[in-house]
Amino acid sequence: MSDINLPIYLDYSATTPVDPRVADKMRQFLTPDGEFGNPASRSHSFGWHAEEAVDEARKQVAALIGADPREIVWTSGGTESDNLAIKGAAHFYQKKGKHIVTVKTEHKAVLDTCRQLEREGFEVTYLAPQADGLLDLAELEASLRDDTVLVSVMHVNNEIGVVQDIGAIGKMTRERGITLHVDAAQGAGKIPIDVHEMQVDLMTLSAHKIYGPKGIGALYICRKPRVRLEAQMHGGGHERGLRSGTLPTHQIVGMGEAFRIAREEMAEESARIRALRDRLWDGLNKMEEVYLNGDLEQRVPGNLNVSFNFVEGESLIMALKDVAVSSGSACTSASLEPSYVLRALGRNDELAHSSLRFTIGRFTTEEEIDYTISLIEQAVQRLRDLSPLWEMYQEGVDLDSVQWAVH
Amino acid sequence: MAYGKKVLDHYENPRNVGSLDKSDAQVGTGMVGAPACGDVMKLQIKVNDEGVIEDAKFKTYGCGSAIASSSLLTEWVRGKTLAEAGEIRNTDIAEELALPPVKIHCSVLAEDAIQAAIEDYEGKQGRKADVSDEAGLAEAV
Repeated sequence: MSDINLPIYLDYSATTPVDPRVADKMRQFLTPDGEFGNPASRSHSFGWHAEEAVDEARKQVAALIGADPREIVWTSGGTESDNLAIKGAAHFYQKKGKHIVTVKTEHKAVLDTCRQLEREGFEVTYLAPQADGLLDLAELEASLRDDTVLVSVMHVNNEIGVVQDIGAIGKMTRERGITLHVDAAQGAGKIPIDVHEMQVDLMTLSAHKIYGPKGIGALYICRKPRVRLEAQMHGGGHERGLRSGTLPTHQIVGMGEAFRIAREEMAEESARIRALRDRLWDGLNKMEEVYLNGDLEQRVPGNLNVSFNFVEGESLIMALKDVAVSSGSACTSASLEPSYVLRALGRNDELAHSSLRFTIGRFTTEEEIDYTISLIEQAVQRLRDLSPLWEMYQEGVDLDSVQWAVH
Repeated sequence: MAYGKKVLDHYENPRNVGSLDKSDAQVGTGMVGAPACGDVMKLQIKVNDEGVIEDAKFKTYGCGSAIASSSLLTEWVRGKTLAEAGEIRNTDIAEELALPPVKIHCSVLAEDAIQAAIEDYEGKQGRKADVSDEAGLAEAV
């Protein structure tokens, strides 16, 4: 354990470090001796060279998801792509209908955008997932109406890592002429995607979840059948008028390089990461009263979301100061609410409060996993020794039968 | 989120963790909070014949600030009369631990815990004692 660098980073779903190969590429598009030009400059070689680099990156991003480069629009990241897709499609198609369907476990960038549309007079159906985190496709189908114009379902959930069956959903929406938006910020580069095979109309992509820089993302917009959007950002008419603003060449080439690497190394990397994830789960699962949140099979390789019963998540994170993980309990924010995702799965509040998300990535090692397991074992034991709930559980008290003074 | 030094100290070295025999007539037990809310505190006090808290133990399920609040509380109530312990306010705890606004509820819970423990003890004694009288008595002895 002597060669382990602390703290250990196991929060790859929050963000990833930029791959050094990506950083090298980005550096070439910043300084006076590099290609710093504005890709929109048509009158000199500085602009032409920058534009070529942007076009190359557009091809690399498109290639990872089986799209045509002309179907890619650059944005500032996942949140902006979700906003452009959902508001853009809803506004454009509102004469056809004002009903939208989405899922309670979507990212806030989708949910909050839908809330805004509700304030504008749209009606939104929020479907609850099943206990394993997966959407009941029959329930989705039953929710579709004649005035439904948009369905938004994420590919991979950011908290529990479950993978929705986008192909089946795409078939349903395409048949009915409903626009399908998929937030694939957590899926792209981790599991194979083919937007045409899956019949996706709009797909959100982000660079910083797969070893690219923060502040850059893209929206895939299907050309056949043609999907129309109302622009949300107005200005110089960049990106065919869909998203004005000077293109950040260095960010874009960074995203392109990150997507190229992901495409070439995904199969091998996924197998390695899955083995580490399984090793972590095997280690943690040896403890008593430990629960996995979300389906284990229909799940992205690097995600493990675990509830340690009778231990509160934030106190556990405090004990794990040498391991960077995130808590399903939002106790650190002002809301004091446990994870809305875990609650939507029907997990009781105790288990939702007791959850940790581990996300493993490109630079995680076996030694780090083993060290993490031993740290967590110690911390959970220590906190259970402190926990009145653990004591009651040991005494055989049924905690559900206790009259708690809910405050 | 950054924690204050005192919170970290109590979290890492919690004082008086454990349990007392809750069937003992001299022991008062206060259990407050709810698992669904993310914190449960159990505070137990052992009161001698003079009405002085001679021992206090806690167990807490909750965030670091909740653990620290209850740990600090056990330190404070030891050696106090019931009347004195009953005067501890959540604001004293919040101030001592420098709790941020989102963690004030942890100190409120600690105040609730000592109140509940005193009430439980007094209930066991079969009389709702006038605490000021009792304090006076203790002093006189």
